[in-house]
Amino acid sequence: MTETLPVTAGVLDERRLLDAYRTMRTIRMFEERVHEEFATGEIPGFVHLYAGEEASATGVCAHLDERDAISSTHRGHGHCIAKGVDVKAMMAEIYGRATGSCHGKGGSMHIADLSKGMLGANGIVGGGPPLICGAALAAKLQNTGGVGVAFFGDGASNQGTTLEAMNLASVWNVPVVFVAENNGYAEATASSWSVAADSIADRAPAFGMPGVTVDGFDFFAVYEAAGEAVERARAGGGPTLIEVEFTRYFGHFEGDQQTYRTDEVARARAERDCLRSFRARVMDSGLLSAERLDEVDREVALLIDRAVAEAKEAPKPTAADLETDVYISY
Amino acid sequence: MARTMTYREALNEALVQEMERDQSVIVMGEDNAGGAGGPGEQDAWGGVLGVTKGLYPRFPDRVLDTPISESGFIGAAIGAATRGMRPVAELMFVDFLGVCFDQIYNQAAKFRYMFGGKAVTPVVIRTMYGGGLRAAAQHSQALYPIFTHVPGLKVVLPSSPYDAKGLLIQAVRDDDPVIFCEHKALYDTVGEVPEEPYTIPFGEAGIVRDGEDATIVALGRMVAVAVEAADDLAPSGVSCDVIDLRTTSPLDEDTILESVENTGRLIVVDEASPRCGMAADIASLAAREAFGALRAPVQTVTPPHTPVPFSDALEDLYLPDAQRVANTVKDVMNRER
Repeated sequence: MTETLPVTAGVLDERRLLDAYRTMRTIRMFEERVHEEFATGEIPGFVHLYAGEEASATGVCAHLDERDAISSTHRGHGHCIAKGVDVKAMMAEIYGRATGSCHGKGGSMHIADLSKGMLGANGIVGGGPPLICGAALAAKLQNTGGVGVAFFGDGASNQGTTLEAMNLASVWNVPVVFVAENNGYAEATASSWSVAADSIADRAPAFGMPGVTVDGFDFFAVYEAAGEAVERARAGGGPTLIEVEFTRYFGHFEGDQQTYRTDEVARARAERDCLRSFRARVMDSGLLSAERLDEVDREVALLIDRAVAEAKEAPKPTAADLETDVYISY
Repeated sequence: MARTMTYREALNEALVQEMERDQSVIVMGEDNAGGAGGPGEQDAWGGVLGVTKGLYPRFPDRVLDTPISESGFIGAAIGAATRGMRPVAELMFVDFLGVCFDQIYNQAAKFRYMFGGKAVTPVVIRTMYGGGLRAAAQHSQALYPIFTHVPGLKVVLPSSPYDAKGLLIQAVRDDDPVIFCEHKALYDTVGEVPEEPYTIPFGEAGIVRDGEDATIVALGRMVAVAVEAADDLAPSGVSCDVIDLRTTSPLDEDTILESVENTGRLIVVDEASPRCGMAADIASLAAREAFGALRAPVQTVTPPHTPVPFSDALEDLYLPDAQRVANTVKDVMNRER
């Protein structure tokens, strides 16, 4: 029932190509830096990195604007960056600082910026899809033309909340795009074992919506599939399920010894990497020069350096913050 | 003569008035319109409780039937609340919280704190609780202590038609997530209810009987039980304060403590299971804050620590009644220290 879309160059102008590249590079450098800094012991708590999966958040969010809302996962840094959450505030949040996106009360798994339509990274697997049905319902009732995008993993594709949300979105005919990010493993358990179907996208017809599987290493493939789904949702055509397949470059969490897999990360980095393939595509087709892309790399590196330096310098929340922000009035 | 109506009608009127006042108020739940997709759609059920009866024809775009997918639609109500709506979702029986609790306690309750004070989630979850209808163990529980335990939620338990309307309007206008607990044995009770919209603030207990000898704290349907006990005791010369908590979160500690300072005796009547419930919570409050005033040990009247039984012979023993409350008050009166 599913189709694999042909990969075409798309119709992105230079500015949008550069934006996409900058977003992917920002996610990559952000995550690689967090990986390094976490190893020093300075970052508290649980951290799950998105490196390797950049084309998904970037290719989908390239179609979204301020009307639109997304829900995310425990592996949420990439979705936050792609939806426009401030990178320095994100880094400060990961360090538990008062200047963080959530004033140090959320941490890596709960970075949110509701003013940007980013409804939060979510520590509960499958927590987001029901929320996005509501965000899409609000957009429909308010006639904003907005859509909701639920990012979730292969693990969450087996959660009842996700399946209920897919059914509900179709029953209500609300503008949702379900993006199943299949990175091969739910924690340490292979999706080839845990998903009792040939693909996650195969479940779409059961919920009355189209489903597609796309190569998650290919920004253009994700961009094209997401564009079609977002356009259909905005036009009142209902929800779509997009399964994005790739490999995560780091462990389930920082510190994961990854004894459940062998050389697939090295192979993916060498042969499939989304940033490498994006550069090759835009340079081969003469759309962007190596110099221009390298310039973006330098700018992003500087931004990440500053974000880490500022986060380390920033104050932590104080005792006065412990009991605030529970209720609006109580 | 003042207008009277049932608890059910009072709730319905609160919803109608708030939906008329504010376009962002939407209602959703199983059969809330009723008969969606079938020929009966226009002659709606209005929920299995009948509380939303008549709303769908008046507000067809803002009354949504849902599949039996509590996680899905309770979560959707919460998501819509973060995006400018004021949803009132119906969790048919509170016993069903087990199939949607994550969306309530890990999502709605935590957004504001977890996101650094920037989230606003004005969702109301209406739900039916309590025993007395021989509905057995999975449709009779009084699970409000579970919600009360979770920071970020407000928990409301109206005991009368007047409170039902005023507290529900307050719940809809409130900017925090509210769990609104309706006792299934109260829907047909009748009381005075003003026609105009009004609100009752959260965290302000009602004093439904004034007395001097003992304080009886009750909530939800147990308020009527406590009042009956107080009335039964009056001829024997024992007069009781009866306090209706109205909300368990926030909790009006001041009204409880002021009364206990005056009477020196405290009995708490709670329909919930005894462990980690409101009775234990309020007993501990008195022990901490009013120890010097207590003239006898605090006593609680609760069901036993068992599931709710089906047979009327057992359920009648399970539920606190006026006789048990009166006997407990008498016992406390006799345990002068």
